[in-house]
Amino acid sequence: MYPPEVRKLIQIVEDTRRERARAPAPRRLSLEEREQLVRAWHPDYKPEYKRAVRVGPCKGLVMYSAVADLLESWPLVKPGELDLEHVDYEVDFLVVGSGGAGLATAWWAVKSGVDPSSVLIATKLRLGDSNTVKYQSGTQAATGPDDSPVIHLLDTLAGAHFTNNQKLVRVLAEEAPLVIKWLEELGVRWSRVGDDLERLPGGGATRARLHCCGDYTGLEVMRVLKDEIRSLGVRVLEFHPVIELLTDPDTGAVSGAVLLNLDTGEYKIVRSKVTVLATGGLGRLHIVGFPTTNHYGATADGLVLAYRAGAGLVDMDTLQYHPTGVAWPEAILGELIPEKTRSIGGQLVNAMGQRFIYELEPRDVVASAIIRECSEGRGVVTPTGTCGVWLDTPIIEVVKGPGTIKRELPALYRMFLRHGIDITEEPILTYPTLHYQNGGVLLDEWTHVLRPSGEPIRGLLAAGEVTGGIHGKNRLVGNSTADIFVFGRRAGIEASKLVRESPKPKLSLKHLERYIEELKQIGVPESRRAPILLPDYRGEAVLKRIIRISFQLK
Amino acid sequence: MTQIAPTAQREYVTIFFNGEAYRVPRGLTIMKALEYAGFRFTRGSGCRGGFCGACPVIYRLPGDYKVRVGLACQTAVVDNMYISLIPYVPLVEHVSRREELKPDSGYVLKLFPELSRCVSCNSCSKACPQGLSPMDAVQAILRGDLKKAADLTFDCIACGLCSLRCPAEIRHHAVFRLVGRIVGVYYTPRSKSVEERVREIESGKYRAVFEKLLATPVTELRRVYEEYMKTGRLPESLEVR
Repeated sequence: MYPPEVRKLIQIVEDTRRERARAPAPRRLSLEEREQLVRAWHPDYKPEYKRAVRVGPCKGLVMYSAVADLLESWPLVKPGELDLEHVDYEVDFLVVGSGGAGLATAWWAVKSGVDPSSVLIATKLRLGDSNTVKYQSGTQAATGPDDSPVIHLLDTLAGAHFTNNQKLVRVLAEEAPLVIKWLEELGVRWSRVGDDLERLPGGGATRARLHCCGDYTGLEVMRVLKDEIRSLGVRVLEFHPVIELLTDPDTGAVSGAVLLNLDTGEYKIVRSKVTVLATGGLGRLHIVGFPTTNHYGATADGLVLAYRAGAGLVDMDTLQYHPTGVAWPEAILGELIPEKTRSIGGQLVNAMGQRFIYELEPRDVVASAIIRECSEGRGVVTPTGTCGVWLDTPIIEVVKGPGTIKRELPALYRMFLRHGIDITEEPILTYPTLHYQNGGVLLDEWTHVLRPSGEPIRGLLAAGEVTGGIHGKNRLVGNSTADIFVFGRRAGIEASKLVRESPKPKLSLKHLERYIEELKQIGVPESRRAPILLPDYRGEAVLKRIIRISFQLK
Repeated sequence: MTQIAPTAQREYVTIFFNGEAYRVPRGLTIMKALEYAGFRFTRGSGCRGGFCGACPVIYRLPGDYKVRVGLACQTAVVDNMYISLIPYVPLVEHVSRREELKPDSGYVLKLFPELSRCVSCNSCSKACPQGLSPMDAVQAILRGDLKKAADLTFDCIACGLCSLRCPAEIRHHAVFRLVGRIVGVYYTPRSKSVEERVREIESGKYRAVFEKLLATPVTELRRVYEEYMKTGRLPESLEVR
């Protein structure tokens, strides 16, 4: 429930609503205007948030300091500490992570001929706990008669200021319609209009090409994928994150992984001919102090593991701050207000009741505009002292008719109603929130993880948010889920080939030896360890007085 | 980390978790409040946005006999609430292969015979943190209306609270997932436009233009896109026929 002082501020949104409903939208910015805006206001362009990493294959590469800190951390296990003779799981194919990318990979591997009993999915939390289950606004794919994969490719490049790996974008744009069809055949109930699929507009997309399932898109897609995976008989280990990759000491190829049972603290050894990292992103690092939309386990584990095994990284100097996170109430601070809210007509309005940006610009542009409004004093100070702008949701009902919000955005409606705010009648306070890791490990078109030299790391594939290049320095709405399914599919197909060709590899932690030497050289204390696996939100008063009585996760 | 913006007038409430009292800031969710109090979750915390069903919670308020339900990541703390978390509900699910699915309620009833024990008490609906009506969905299945049941439970996040309250011991979310899949596979017509586009792609219709684009320097692509933004048209060389 908005307190009375906020209610007063809402007045101006209400007073201007009728006029704004009739007025034309703010004009779209030119490419140059977009770039000027992000350069002035976007956190990606603040050098003080970044530094060069001092160890590993990309030594010298500039990235967000928090990511560099994480890469400059000691492993949880050292060479010689583990018994690698006793192998707990001998498999052909190890899938690390069980979000959309991991499940798509496992599905396509099995359908391409890999024996399901020789596939292991290891996942940190429960099967399907991921950002995918939260995705709302939809998946981009050029399926409409007025659309073409060529336009999808161009929109994607322009949205990222032409910084993407174009070969990867081509795969994304050309194969996105294939995965829409695939998911439809599996029984995903895409939202429909008449006898065709519904397609919604999204930021930076010049055609309506977002395919959604109400605003529970990820819930529906993951419900289907989890069911498929279970029914195929693929083995799943829940609460078993990977804490280190294993490599063949002779070839440097990835040959398996060390898992940690989160409940007991016991490690397990997996030998696999092929491993795919589908570990997702890093929102829970709260970079630059931003809240996040991400799920509990989004701690960049895969990035750390791949880097130690020799992977190159790209575009880790950029992150996506979703323009519209919840700024208030505090209980849901940073949670996502999906882009669909703007796709169906929600307007961004400053404290003076004015629109200040065309709402469907690419995300970095809209986020920058909101930060500008707040920094220049046209924002609204929330009851907790933070700043935000209005997202006028009631105008959706004015323009599109009563009932639109409950029909199109039931999850959002529910989320606010739980805190006494009816978004069909009252606007939302919003501010950007940490949402997505644009960059990641270097990838080729068949999902091989590459060293900085461009040479593939044998035995290692990757798909989804952990990878870089597809989205360049700014991702468009709906392209992340196109990415996970398109490249998950490719990873599965590729794995099925590699599994046939690969001999049984040897296991070691040899790749850590040099890495540890480098850590010693720059004097990193051994107490700094990664992957961190889960964020630590315990209150300061408690942490000050913790006594460690036994092994605990760092 | 970022959750607690210290303000002068920060208020505190007392919550009771597993019977023990903790002072926590007002305004936090149950999940964040417990973390503030020193708990660290491995189980019972997932998406933290109300989508994954990992964090169902039951609680009582003083002076009220009613058992209330919610999601720990979505429910704000209230003074003197007595809380218990339910991180797991055993359902022992049957998972059908897609080819085995049959488009009739007889198939569903065979796999979940307890459905016929529903006494329409509506305890399930009272226990739903999503505000759904599982009872109506169960009754729809018993009437043979799978489409209706699937629509009613589309927003089910599979937290399992309804199944804990059900005197008929129905395994609701497993049932609803099965029904959703049957409806998705059998009752939902395929999109012709998607099929058509996929056919075009597989026939290689876009290949030549893509090759041309990949060979085009970025500066030129920028110019092409600027022009396209103004005119709404791609240059003829990039038109696909």
